[in-house]
Amino acid sequence: MSRDTALVSADWAEKNLETPGIVFVEVDEDTTAYDGGHIPGAVKIDWKKDLQDPVRRDFVNQEQFSALLSERGIANNDVVVLYGGNNNWFAAYAYWYFKLYGHDQVKLLDGGRKKWELDARPYSKDVPARAKTSYQAKAPDLTIRAFRDEVVQAIGVKNLVDVRSPDEFAGRLLAPAHLPQEQSQRAGHIPTAINVPWSKAANEDGTFRSDDELSKIYGEAGLDGSKDTIAYCRIGERSSHTWFVLKELLGQQNVKNYDGSWTEYGSLIAVPIALGDEPGKA
Amino acid sequence: MTSPSNVAAGCAAPDQSAPLPASVDLEKETVITGIVSTAEGEAVGGAYVRLLDSSGEFTAEVVTSPEGVFRFFAAPGSWTLRALSRSGNGELAVDATRGVNEVALSVAAA
Repeated sequence: MSRDTALVSADWAEKNLETPGIVFVEVDEDTTAYDGGHIPGAVKIDWKKDLQDPVRRDFVNQEQFSALLSERGIANNDVVVLYGGNNNWFAAYAYWYFKLYGHDQVKLLDGGRKKWELDARPYSKDVPARAKTSYQAKAPDLTIRAFRDEVVQAIGVKNLVDVRSPDEFAGRLLAPAHLPQEQSQRAGHIPTAINVPWSKAANEDGTFRSDDELSKIYGEAGLDGSKDTIAYCRIGERSSHTWFVLKELLGQQNVKNYDGSWTEYGSLIAVPIALGDEPGKA
Repeated sequence: MTSPSNVAAGCAAPDQSAPLPASVDLEKETVITGIVSTAEGEAVGGAYVRLLDSSGEFTAEVVTSPEGVFRFFAAPGSWTLRALSRSGNGELAVDATRGVNEVALSVAAA
């Protein structure tokens, strides 16, 4: 994977809005943005309603994912271009998810909704009518998904990258600053994790920084290229953004996203937690 | 609302023009809120407002409501607000204290 295959520019997107076989998909947690205007021809996926299991605390399984894409009119051989708000957090999460279920031809729109808006590109309120398909998701590729036991085992062994803000990492805030702070879990971070906020990887307009800049940022932060890596945040979507950078843009092997992230880890009984700005000891 | 409540609340920004939820305790929370407007005083909806900490590090970002309203839940201390929009960009330093801190953020084409 590389920038050329994983990422498309807003210019490219605008030229390919009507190209057969390319499907634009807006992914957000709050889909009122889509309803108020979206990239012409794009279908929507609701991060919570469509991608999370309604009962269990997990995301949808292979059959549910197949049913979702069939219903949205997406075929196995379509090129799927994902974009969204929040600097593409939820679109990056969906990208990880499409990869997990074996969809090869998936790309992220560089800059997402923000770049589209700041460039004053066109929106549409029309919801496209796409014929149903018979999408077949593959078995989940668990080489890119980390679970809690593996994360605890990784302390002091693998690269752990905490991509939350410095205040969340240190335990001074429990959630991003646009959300209320009351939470049940403990504050802090997984011992030995380095803190590279997801935002370091993005320019102000939401596009990704250059490969050289990205390599430098993670190198200087202490990411060891010879080790496997697990990225986490609070609920797994900001860390999908960093997973995308490390795996898809920089081409690192063995990078996993821990989607349980701090909402799970910070609620576990008896696991170690580090406070403050330093990674802490294993 | 029928959305499942067992899912951890996501990280997307809530509706920026909605009243503060009753569960928000203003004895504990530090709310930074305001309106993005142009030099002519027109509210700018759809602007991207980011909250930077005292070292200039990104902390959070929201999109303003059609009325130009934004809101952050921060902590007491020094912050910088930065807005990007089709109408231009703007920046403002804020010394926040516990409770509601109201500010006005204006943008202008560079």
